[in-house]
Amino acid sequence: MAGGNIDPMHQFLVEPMFGTESWSLAGYNIAFTNSALFMVVTLLLIWIFMLGGTKGQLVPGRWQAAVEGFTSFITDMMHANIGPKGKAFTPYVFSLFMFILIANLVGLLPLGVVPGLHAFTVTSHFTVTGVLAILSFSIVLIVGFWKHGFHFFSLFVPHGTPLVMIPLLFVIELFSFLIRPFSLGLRLFVAMTAGHVLLKVLAGFVISGLNSGSIVLAPMITIPSLALMIAISALELLVAAIQAYVFALLTSLYLNDAINLH
Amino acid sequence: MDAQSAALIGAGLAAIGAGMAALGVGNVFGSFLNSALRNPAAADGQQGRLFIGFAAAELLGLLSFLIAILLYLKA
Repeated sequence: MAGGNIDPMHQFLVEPMFGTESWSLAGYNIAFTNSALFMVVTLLLIWIFMLGGTKGQLVPGRWQAAVEGFTSFITDMMHANIGPKGKAFTPYVFSLFMFILIANLVGLLPLGVVPGLHAFTVTSHFTVTGVLAILSFSIVLIVGFWKHGFHFFSLFVPHGTPLVMIPLLFVIELFSFLIRPFSLGLRLFVAMTAGHVLLKVLAGFVISGLNSGSIVLAPMITIPSLALMIAISALELLVAAIQAYVFALLTSLYLNDAINLH
Repeated sequence: MDAQSAALIGAGLAAIGAGMAALGVGNVFGSFLNSALRNPAAADGQQGRLFIGFAAAELLGLLSFLIAILLYLKA
C-alpha cells in the first residue's frame, strides 16, 4: 500500500449514514448510505441548475444560456446521430448525461478539507454504472423489437453479406451486440476508479513525504507529488466530462441501430 | 514461486496493457489532428467518430487495468 497506512481503496467504501444501518425492507438492508446521499446531492444540483435556467426568457441571461448550452449540445448530438426520430429519446439521453457529469464532478470536489466529510464518487461503482448501462440496453432492445419485430435481427447481418458468411457474421455481430452493456458500464466505472486511486496514491506520497522528518527528503518527495496531483486533478476534470459525453454518445449510437437498423 | 507473488507479478504485467492503450489513444488523437490540419473545414463533423475511436482504444486499456486491480486485490 502506498503511503504506509493510507489505503487508496478506502474512498470507495459504501457505509450507512445517519444511524440507518438497521433499516430493512422484506429482509433486505436499505440503509441510507453515502452512495445514496451523493446521488441525492447530484439530483438536487441538477434540479437547482435546471430550475434556474428554464424560465424561458426571450433574452437569456447567463444561467439560461448555460442550461441552453447543455440542452442544445445533446439535442444536436441526437439529431446528428439518429435524425428526426431521435427527438423522442433526447430527454433520456440528456438526463443520463447530466447525471453522470454532475456525479463525476461532485466526486472530485475537495470536500475532504472539511473534517468528517468525505467526497464519494457515485459512478465509481459498477452497481451504479451497470444499472445505467442496463437501462440504455433495455431501451435499445424494447425500441428495436417494438419498431421492427423480428426484423430487428437483420441488425446482425450487414447488407451484401455472402450467403456462406451469414452464420459466422451473425454470431460475431450478436456477440458484439451483447457485450455492449458491459463495455458501457465498465468503461465509466474503471475510468473513475482508476483516476481516484491515482489521486489518493499521490496524496499518500505527499503525506508520507511530509512525515519522513528529513529536511532534504520531505520537499524532494512532496513538491513533485503535489504538482503532479494538481495536474492529474485537471486531467480528471477532463476525463469526467469526456466519460459523460462518451456514455451519452454511445447510447445515442446504439439507439440509432435500434431505430434505423443499418 | 508461491501464488501470491505470481499474482503480484501478473498484476504488474497486466499494467503494461494500460501503457499500450496510451499508444492507442495517442494514435487516435494524433491521426485526427494530422488530418484535421490538412482539412480543417471537415474536422468538426468528425468529432463524434473521434470520440468513438477514443472510447474503443481506452476501453481495452481499462480492461487490462481491471485485470491488474483484480490480481492485486486477490494477492
